[in-house]
Amino acid sequence: MMSARLLRHETILAVLTVIALFVLAMLSDKFFTGENLLNQGRLMSEVGLVALAMTFVIVTGGIDLSVGSILGLTAILLGVFWKYLGLPLPAAIVLAMACGTFAGWVNGWIITRFNVPPLIATLATLALYRGLAEGISEARSVRGYPEWFFFFGQGEVLGVPFQLWILGIATVIAAVILGLTPFGRATYAIGANEVAARFSGIRVNATKLWIYSAAGFLSALAAVIFVSRVTTTRSDMGTGLELDVITGVVLGGTSIFGGRGTIIGTVLGLILIQALKNGLALSGVKGDGTIVVIGLVLIGAILVGALFDRNRGG
Amino acid sequence: MSASASIAPPGRSAFQRFLSGYGQEIVVFLSIIFLFVVVGAINPRFLSDTNINSIFAGNAYIAVAAIGMSMIIMAGHIDVSVGALIGVIATIAGTLAVNGYPVWIAWLVPIIFSMAVNAGVGALVAYTRIPSIVVTLGMLSILKGGLISATAGAWITNMPAEFMIAQMRPFGIPSAVYFMVALTILASFFIKYTDFGRSIYAVGGNMEAARAAGINPERVVVGVFALHGFFAGVAGILFATQLQVIQSTVPPNLELTVITASVIGGVSILGGTGTVIGSTLAAILFACIGSALIFLNVSAYWLRAVLGLMILATVLADMARRRRAK
Repeated sequence: MMSARLLRHETILAVLTVIALFVLAMLSDKFFTGENLLNQGRLMSEVGLVALAMTFVIVTGGIDLSVGSILGLTAILLGVFWKYLGLPLPAAIVLAMACGTFAGWVNGWIITRFNVPPLIATLATLALYRGLAEGISEARSVRGYPEWFFFFGQGEVLGVPFQLWILGIATVIAAVILGLTPFGRATYAIGANEVAARFSGIRVNATKLWIYSAAGFLSALAAVIFVSRVTTTRSDMGTGLELDVITGVVLGGTSIFGGRGTIIGTVLGLILIQALKNGLALSGVKGDGTIVVIGLVLIGAILVGALFDRNRGG
Repeated sequence: MSASASIAPPGRSAFQRFLSGYGQEIVVFLSIIFLFVVVGAINPRFLSDTNINSIFAGNAYIAVAAIGMSMIIMAGHIDVSVGALIGVIATIAGTLAVNGYPVWIAWLVPIIFSMAVNAGVGALVAYTRIPSIVVTLGMLSILKGGLISATAGAWITNMPAEFMIAQMRPFGIPSAVYFMVALTILASFFIKYTDFGRSIYAVGGNMEAARAAGINPERVVVGVFALHGFFAGVAGILFATQLQVIQSTVPPNLELTVITASVIGGVSILGGTGTVIGSTLAAILFACIGSALIFLNVSAYWLRAVLGLMILATVLADMARRRRAK
C-alpha cells in the first residue's frame, strides 16, 4: 500500500512534468530541440548529483544545508592545491574531493555523536565551510587550468554532455541502493521511526554517517564539474545550492519528516524545475520571474500532496 | 529545560535561579564585556564613539529581526525567508517615501504588509501541517524573485530626510538603538507575563500537550508568525533608513545571521525554551566580533569561518548542558 501511494505521487508529478514540457514547447519553438534539452541537462547535473544524496538525507528525517558551502570549499581547495601548493592537477582533484567528503562526514559525526538536530548542525557548518573557503581563497580566483580538465564540465561522449552520463550512472546507483538494498530499507526505517529502527538492530549512526559523507562526496564531485564548466574557482560558488536541491527533492515527493521518498521522484522534480526555468526564460519571462514560479510550484505541490494525504486519513 | 526563565526547581536561592535561568544570556553578555576590554586594550580606537555607534546602531535591525525569529523558533518553527522579506520591506518603504507619500505611510504600510504575509505563512503552516521550512523556502523564492523582477535591482536614493528614522539621534543616541532596547524589553515582558506569550513555549514544547491544556495551537502559530512579521517589518524600516541608499536586493545571508543570533542567544532549535534578551545580546556580540577582527588586523575574509565555529561551539555546549540536565 505504501508503494502504491509513492507511485501515485510520482504519477501526478510525471503528468505535471509532461504537461509543463508540452506547454513550454508550444510557447517557444526553441525549447523542444535536442540541443537545448541536452544543454539543460548539462546545467542540471550539479544540482542533480547533490539532490541524489539529499534524498537519502531527507528520507532519514534529516537535512543538509551545508552542501553549497562544501561545493564552494572543494572548488577553492582544488584551485589552491593545484596552483599554490603545486600538486599535479589529478592529485589536487582527488585530494579536494577527499576534503569535501570529509566535510560531509563531519556533519554526520556532529549529528550522530552529539545528537545535534541536522538543521542546526549543518546551518553551523554552512557558515563554517563557506568561511573557510573565503578565508583560504582571500577572494582570489584561480584560472588557467589545462585544456583536458574542461572535459568534465564541457566535453561530450556520444553526443551527450559528459556530466549527464555521470548523473545518469549516479541516479541508477542511488535508485538501486535506496530501493533494493538493506541499506535503503534502513534509510527508510530511520526516517519512519528512529527509535524503533535502533531497537530492531539497524545501525542508525553508521547509516547516517555514510549518508552525510555521501552528500559531501557528491557535492565535491559537483564542485569539480562546476569548476570545469565555468573554467574558474571562486569562493562564492554554490551559494544557495542547498535551496535548489531541497526544492527539487521535496517537489519530488520526499517527505521532509522522513520515511518517504524515491530517487525517481527527485529526478522528476529536478526535471520539472529545470524545464520551468528554461522554458519560461525562452518564452520571455525575465530570469527572476521564474524563481517566483518555482516558489509557487513548490508550495502548491506540497499543498496538494498534504490535502491528498488528509483525504486518505494518512 | 534549563534555558527557560520561568521554570526552575524550588528550594534554591534567587541568585541560583537567576544563573540557571539565564545561563546562556550571561555567557553571551560576559563575552561582549570581555571583547570590549581585551580588544580595547590592544587597540583603543575600538572603543571610540564612532565605532561603538556603528556596532550598536548598524546592527540594531538584526537584533530586532532576531526577536521575532526567536519567537518562531521557540514555537518550534523556522523562517528562512526573513532576509528576503526585509529586502522587500525596505524597497516598498523607500519607494513610498520617494514618491511623496507621508512618512508615516511609508513606515506603516510595509510593516502591515509584512505582518499580512507572515500571517499567511503561519496559516499555511498551522492548518495544512506543511513544515515551516518548506513554506518559507517557497516564500524565499517568491519574495526574492518578485523583488528583483519588480525593481531590476535599481537603487533608491534621494529619500526625504524626515523618512530616515534610523538616523535620527534623540539625546545623541541613534534611534535604532532605542528601537532595539525597547522592543527587546517589551517582547520579554510579553512572552513572560501574557497568556499568549507563555503559550508560545507550550506549543513549541509539545503541541498536543498544549492542546490538551486548552491552548489553540493553530491560533498561536498564526499569531507568532504575524508578530514575527511585525518585528521583520520594523527591522526592514531600520534597514531602509540607516543608509542614504536602498539597493533593492536581498541582503545576502541575512536570514542566516538572524537565525544564528537567536540560536546563540539561547533559543533552543528544538523549541520550547529561550529568551529574546539572549538573541539581542547575541546580535550585538556578532557585531562586536566582526568589528574586533578588523581592529585586530585579522583578515575580514576569516570572519564567517569564526562565526561558523562559534555557532558550532554554542550548539555543542547547549547539547551537553541538556544532557547534563537530564
